[in-house]
Amino acid sequence: MDEHVKERLIAITGSAHARSSTAQKLAYSYDATANFQALPDLVLSPASIEEIQEVVKVCAEYKVPIISRGSGTNLAAGTTPTSGGVVVLFNRMNRILELDEENLTLTVQPGVITQMINERVAEKGLFYPPDPSSMSISTIGGNVSENSGGLRGLKYGVTRDYVKALKIVLPNGELLTTGGKLAKDVAGYDLTSLFVGSEGTLGIIVEITLGLIPAPETKKTLLVFYDTLEKAAQTVSSIIAAKIVPATLEFMDQGTIEAVEEFMKIGLPTNCEAMLLIEQDGDPAVVERDMELVHKLCMEHGATSTQMAQSAEEAARLSIARRVALSALARKRPTTILEDATVPRSEIAKMVKAVQEIAAKYDLLICTFGHAGDGNLHPTILTDVRDEAEMARVEMAFAEIFDHAIKLGGTITGEHGVGEMKAPYLEWKIGKAGIDTMKAIKLAIDPLNIMNPGKIFAKSVKKRVVVHNE
Amino acid sequence: MSNAQAELIRQSFVTHVDENRLMDCMRCGFCLPACPTYIHSDYDETQSPRGRIALMKAVRDGVVEWDGSIEEAFDLCLGCRACEPACPAGVQYGTLIEETREAVLSVKSLSLKEKAVRKGAFDHLFADQRKMKTAVKLVTFYQKSGLQKVVRKVGFMELFPPFMKDMEKSLPTPPKKRREQLPPTEKKTTVAFFSGCLMDTIFQETNRNTIDLLNLLGCEVIIPKGQQCCGALQGHSGEMERARRNAKVNLEAFDLDGIDYIVNNAGGCGAFLSEYDRLFDRDTELHVLARRFVEKQIDISSLLVKLGIVEELLKQPKTEATEIVTYQDSCHLRNVNRVKDEPRDMLKAVSNSLFVELPDAHLCCGSAGVYNLLQPEMASRILGSKMEEVKRIQATTIITTNPGCLLQMKVGVEREGLSGATRAMHVVDFIHEKLMGSNGGK
Repeated sequence: MDEHVKERLIAITGSAHARSSTAQKLAYSYDATANFQALPDLVLSPASIEEIQEVVKVCAEYKVPIISRGSGTNLAAGTTPTSGGVVVLFNRMNRILELDEENLTLTVQPGVITQMINERVAEKGLFYPPDPSSMSISTIGGNVSENSGGLRGLKYGVTRDYVKALKIVLPNGELLTTGGKLAKDVAGYDLTSLFVGSEGTLGIIVEITLGLIPAPETKKTLLVFYDTLEKAAQTVSSIIAAKIVPATLEFMDQGTIEAVEEFMKIGLPTNCEAMLLIEQDGDPAVVERDMELVHKLCMEHGATSTQMAQSAEEAARLSIARRVALSALARKRPTTILEDATVPRSEIAKMVKAVQEIAAKYDLLICTFGHAGDGNLHPTILTDVRDEAEMARVEMAFAEIFDHAIKLGGTITGEHGVGEMKAPYLEWKIGKAGIDTMKAIKLAIDPLNIMNPGKIFAKSVKKRVVVHNE
Repeated sequence: MSNAQAELIRQSFVTHVDENRLMDCMRCGFCLPACPTYIHSDYDETQSPRGRIALMKAVRDGVVEWDGSIEEAFDLCLGCRACEPACPAGVQYGTLIEETREAVLSVKSLSLKEKAVRKGAFDHLFADQRKMKTAVKLVTFYQKSGLQKVVRKVGFMELFPPFMKDMEKSLPTPPKKRREQLPPTEKKTTVAFFSGCLMDTIFQETNRNTIDLLNLLGCEVIIPKGQQCCGALQGHSGEMERARRNAKVNLEAFDLDGIDYIVNNAGGCGAFLSEYDRLFDRDTELHVLARRFVEKQIDISSLLVKLGIVEELLKQPKTEATEIVTYQDSCHLRNVNRVKDEPRDMLKAVSNSLFVELPDAHLCCGSAGVYNLLQPEMASRILGSKMEEVKRIQATTIITTNPGCLLQMKVGVEREGLSGATRAMHVVDFIHEKLMGSNGGK
């Protein structure tokens, strides 16, 4: 970056809020994605919408890339400064602006940590359901940009379902306001939805109004084990068929159960092929009735053992296995790559089996856990980026997992986003028409391609090899 | 910095910083909210554990060239290890930062200021218990002679960083002479006491009280001769050879066969003692010995609770609470030894005081060994927000379990002008006061 441009940018925030030392550039060169790294030229912490507008205008003038970054917990290399440029932080725009109890909305700046939102609204007996696993670190701006999911997706939906209105600084520096505190609004295209999950490629989200719901009164937790994967999958289908929508319906495969037991020594049956963690929340009478029926369905479908929590402490104890799954797996090998291929919930068993076969085929360690209720699985590859031969097999395994998910009517990413990592596979999912449409939108809004370049759209598409004979 | 020196540092990182340990970090960021320097640097990723590990790796791999900004990121780390319990992948951050400091130290000459602090501390005081005692005599003389008043008046201390000045005011008065030992009531447990270099000098009273309480609960307390400083301060600064030297002396000083526990009353020492095995190569004789030594380690709070101090405290007649007592965790006791309930359980059982949890008690107070001397600005910022919390809950007594934290709390109390209203005490002294009266007599 030209020194003169750099000086102009630093003048906007003041030098106290600009970072560009060697150490600082390196510290903003990565996110939570293994093996992706690129240094920015400058890191800025603007304090207001106006400052962001100024920054964007200068960047547009000199075609400098802008990367919005929350806490850098992205799992698809969505926040790595692939082409250098300016990283924009929101650590000075982290206030909750308004809790509107009449309209049940919360208006926040993008830098607010998601957990704070939960805590703040809980004080008023309200509930903001999206709960990505990184919620104690991640910012709401990041969640909105990535349309983050979480464990409650099945019953409560994802981030998009709670975004009511946005303020966005467009790539030309203008401020766009979308939506409102409205239950109904069909005034033109749904621009709010367009920007949710746009991964910072269309503009900078600078203010967010979220919808809230009343907090559920109670919660009940059930832990179930199965000797075969199919029995667990059939249970999941039967629960939904019985018109019960659990708040949580989590799944762990045998490899994950073994890893957790090895790590925690809590007496999990390691001979089981599957574990389900099921929770229902809401009105006490309904919760009681639902969970009784769920328990009955588990037994009917051949559960080898079940444990129903009688207290909050016991519930916490039962859910610990699922909570520590990633920790337990991460300890097994130097590199952990968490995937999020997603299929229709009816296809869960087939997908898990396919992942296991792919792991065997490429001689890799892949354990799967995830959100069985919404078909969002996390095949987790445990590997070592230093081993080039193995990494080549990892890449092939990924391709095959994506391919298989799409064949089953699924997608390459359920909640992590495309970023730089999955860009080469996007066309597999949405086809050429999909890419063309998305590119047309991107070009119309960001003709200079300064907003998070190198993400979503790949320079070259991976060749899709048909690898299954079915 | 010349290119040649940067390359030397890179090579030194390759030699000293374990690549596999670096690879354990998956950059998930769960350490961020646990890190005091991240929070107090306005959320600068550079001052976070994830950022520092990325920097270690980048220096080692030659992705970036060593410079002052990188050095600062490592220097600003408190070494509190709060990131370790927060880490899902079990990254051994404490070891990594020690290895990093060792890597830097073996190439770079120390800054003048750091040299002065270290020379005074490591080469002399902490290396030799007799010298420590002489130094304490000097402090005593200084405090008793009236020289202290003169010095303060003429502003001699102005020459030192502000923190040292505050600390000087907060140094406890060393006791005049050793009190008589109380005989144990009935012997159930044999405990060897790691008396610690600081604890055995300026905090000698606390050591007396430790022995009193253990005696009260039926312990025979042995104080092995020949023990010396645990080596933590040296180790944390990357002076691993010196740390190892101290560890060897201590391993030889304790006869492990005749004792049930080795107890310590300083969180920082306890953590380092409990990781002595990491200092020696696996399967060497010293490693095997260190493993046995480590197994016998226990902190005073855990041991007292184990031996029934809570029941003992509950026997005291209930009276109205006359003070609000709170607890500031010792980082290493909490993050390395994972002890957090025991000190609190004791304080809650005290009859005439009300225990109030200090918000963010788990966050480092900024003392961190000699950190407050080397990084006065960050230390001061951290202490400032700590004292805000103390004021908010209107605590009259702040309890700690480590001498560094205790000094830091005393500095905080002094700096905020709370000296009349708030006192800082070691948990042992407080419990001793409640159970046995302030003079230790029954």
